[in-house]
Amino acid sequence: MGDLTYNVIVGLEIHVQLATRTKMFCGCALTFGEEANSRVCPVCLGLPGALPVMNRQAVEYAALAAMALDCKVAEFTKWDRKSYYYPDLPKNYQISQYDLPLGSNGFIEIPAEAGETKRIRIRRVHLEEDAGKNVHTAGPYSLVDLNRAGTPLLEIVTEPDLSSAEQVRALAVELQRIVRYLGISEADMQKGHMRFEPNINLVIEKAGRQFKTPIAEVKNLNSFRALERSVAYEVRRQLDDFLETGRTMQMGNKSTRGWNDADETTVLQREKEEAHDYRYFPDPDLVPVTTTPQWLDPIRSRLCELPLQRQVRYVGEYGLSDYDAGVLTAERSTADFFEQAVRSGGDPKRICNLLTQVGLKLANERGRDLRGLGLAPESVAELAGMIDAGTISASAGNAILQAMVETGKKPDVLAQELNLIQRSDAGELEAIVDQVLAANAAAVADVTSGGKKSQKARGFLLGQVMQKTKGQANPKVVAEILDRKLGK
Amino acid sequence: MAVDELTATELRDRIAAGQISSVEATQAALDRIRRIDPQVGAYLAVFHERALQAAHEVDRRIAAGEQGGPLAGVPLAVKDVMCTSFGATTCGSRILQNFHSPYEATVIRRLIEADAVILGKTNMDEFAMGSSTENSGLQKTVNPWDTARVPGGSSGGSAAAVAARMCFAALGSDTGGSIRQPASFCGVVGLKPTYGRVSRYGLVAYGSSLDQIGPVTRTVADAALLLGVIAGHDPADSTSVSEDLAPVEDYLGKLDEPVQGLRIGVTPSFNAGADPAVRKAVDDAVDSYRAAGAEIVEVDMPHLDYAIAAYYVIATAEASSNLARYDGVHYGYRTPNPADYIEVYTKSREEAFGKEVKRRIMLGTYALSSGYYDAYYLKALKVRNLIRGDFVRAFERCDCIMMPVAPTTAFRIGEKVDDPLKMYLSDIYTIAVNLAGIPGISIPCGFDEARLPIGLQILTPAFSEAKLLRIARMYEARTDWHTKRPVETLE
Repeated sequence: MGDLTYNVIVGLEIHVQLATRTKMFCGCALTFGEEANSRVCPVCLGLPGALPVMNRQAVEYAALAAMALDCKVAEFTKWDRKSYYYPDLPKNYQISQYDLPLGSNGFIEIPAEAGETKRIRIRRVHLEEDAGKNVHTAGPYSLVDLNRAGTPLLEIVTEPDLSSAEQVRALAVELQRIVRYLGISEADMQKGHMRFEPNINLVIEKAGRQFKTPIAEVKNLNSFRALERSVAYEVRRQLDDFLETGRTMQMGNKSTRGWNDADETTVLQREKEEAHDYRYFPDPDLVPVTTTPQWLDPIRSRLCELPLQRQVRYVGEYGLSDYDAGVLTAERSTADFFEQAVRSGGDPKRICNLLTQVGLKLANERGRDLRGLGLAPESVAELAGMIDAGTISASAGNAILQAMVETGKKPDVLAQELNLIQRSDAGELEAIVDQVLAANAAAVADVTSGGKKSQKARGFLLGQVMQKTKGQANPKVVAEILDRKLGK
Repeated sequence: MAVDELTATELRDRIAAGQISSVEATQAALDRIRRIDPQVGAYLAVFHERALQAAHEVDRRIAAGEQGGPLAGVPLAVKDVMCTSFGATTCGSRILQNFHSPYEATVIRRLIEADAVILGKTNMDEFAMGSSTENSGLQKTVNPWDTARVPGGSSGGSAAAVAARMCFAALGSDTGGSIRQPASFCGVVGLKPTYGRVSRYGLVAYGSSLDQIGPVTRTVADAALLLGVIAGHDPADSTSVSEDLAPVEDYLGKLDEPVQGLRIGVTPSFNAGADPAVRKAVDDAVDSYRAAGAEIVEVDMPHLDYAIAAYYVIATAEASSNLARYDGVHYGYRTPNPADYIEVYTKSREEAFGKEVKRRIMLGTYALSSGYYDAYYLKALKVRNLIRGDFVRAFERCDCIMMPVAPTTAFRIGEKVDDPLKMYLSDIYTIAVNLAGIPGISIPCGFDEARLPIGLQILTPAFSEAKLLRIARMYEARTDWHTKRPVETLE
């Protein structure tokens, strides 16, 4: 490619379904997988004469998200109608926010290379209602299911600050963690709670000149994998296309593409950006929204340390690996549990190991969080303390944690019941060491000769002692006695 | 006195006193409908059995010593723009000809809770777009005073039904004059309440920021009675006003107390465009107030001339969006053999919407289109604010404003159908009121040489319906226009 270099430029539009009890403008319950058209009413069906009523909880959730993303929260905002005809849109307009989004000019920190973070600017955060679903049958017609129609959606639009497929994915993952932390969305990808639309192009430097490739927008991606791969694919495709045709960005040559999950390619949907005229205008059925400090302040108080901040803090404060810190901070309940166990006096690394090796595994299997397993942070801290004191081995600790989940008993009770308390009484162990040494003269000779076999023979003797004590001897104490007797 | 000569208020009192049964009154109304409506065409649907059943129920409860609601046993008609969970709700349109609403409008629920008897649904201009009811896609309605003339519109069916005594009172809706103008043409009382006074939930939308439901009645007292039942905050309508800001008043209670020191604002130059007979009747009415002690002040409302222009941008813009839902996909008329889903939209709408509805959808779509929004829609909103300001300033100098309801009396059927601008101009005196959101009433104030009724329009500041009704009653109490009946050539 000679002297060609390029930068990837991606802006991301994300739709997040809010976990409100009811829909955005009516009292229908938000559910998933119900019988088609069973969660509908005159309002979300768009029947003649029906009127929307704003769901305050949705606005509060959206405001909380805007605050977490460091956006300016509008003091005055309103609802606008966005007009387009589609069978899944019963009113043939969507209630959205056009020129006065609830949040604007914020940012999100995402993990970048080598434990660093990168700041991606957020252009706007606004609320709107979702459409229903067209179900394409085998027959000569399609069906429409309006259960989803009117579901509150948070639309988040970033500035084009992302410069790789990995960063795009990282932002999506980070946003998922944030909305879950805030408790405003389940962000369940399987249920379509998060949908992504990246806008991608390249800035190419070639022979001292700069070229910009036409922007492509990939529509409706609903997994992190599809999001990352579609961006990666677009980068390759746009580079190839530029080398082949030399085509660059012009007015109106932005294209819309779809993602083909089977062969992992993007497919052209619309070549030219359609002169879409949505005929936005303020919805006369809804009154404007004034966000007073009296309303916003209690919402602001629900803000919390964001997952990435927490992750970075765990590495610095507790000396955890970046990976472990990431696992612990993935869910707010896990991180809260971990911190409470640490506050109860447990060693952070020890607690981290117990939680990542056993606790979260069990939680995952049972579809619960740590508290849902019946665990108390204080008990886990106590268990960690027993390992640190040498009362039990680390592997016994794992077994006890599992038993705690199964029986609900305290760690010290279980250590007794399961016979997992380590024998550290030097006098008692010395007698056993003596027996082993007497019975294994050859190995003793190998150790004392100090030859090649010395290490291996010492390990053998240690193993014999552990076997005789059925694994309950404290290996540290045994090794000390052994070394002393063998004159090391 | 025959039952059907009673006002709604009188009937209500007699039913409550056990002097007349609701069944008797309901049967009388149904009989008149059977005899007269084939000529008038006021009703799109009549619920004979349902009405008699409801009447029976009221009679049974009153006989059992129960106290009925404020409209117990009174037979009413409602404009077919309000959703009822019984019968069709057509809006006078072929696109909703067979639409049966699964829910009912808040006002309908309130009528039923007040123990009213709903006789039927009345004809209207399609989607309330029109001033003569000639735009109904379903039926023709004539003026009971002269069957060669229009009843006005868009609530022409309700006004004709009240005038021809085919009901004791009715509900209409008013977006640019659609209650007041047909009331004027038919010689009855029509009240458009303040925007936000009555819930719009279940009122099929035309211009959402302008639409308001109100009573069409024989007397001012009946208007007060009905308003008391339908007014009030509705959590299902975000634009309905809260009780804290504007509590519903006892409109009937102090109705006969004249307003002391009444100052009436008049707009002589604005009235100049009205027919001489109309001007004279209105001037005479104002003089009668003056004679009774009122002070008359001339008010300057410089922006009223722009009301029609602003209205036809704002109302049509909202309509173009409100009517987008009639697409043949979910309910209502669907074209029989669409080639694809686009044709479901285009052909269903093309085949079932009438000419005027299409015209307004196109006007509104144009006004909202990118590149035109600022020049039309935004500018119209600014004009609207100026008009509001005109009223606010005028009301600093007077308690009410009086002017004609319409520049003419009822015009001939077919006279203006081919000239939409001429038709639009017949709303010149009523439209600004909707833009300003204030209440307005039309009461009978005379006849022209052809014995066609003339209406006096009275306007007061927002949420002052109690005062508006008292001012109207002052005139009604001194005159007998409201007791005149169409010649019974219909019988």
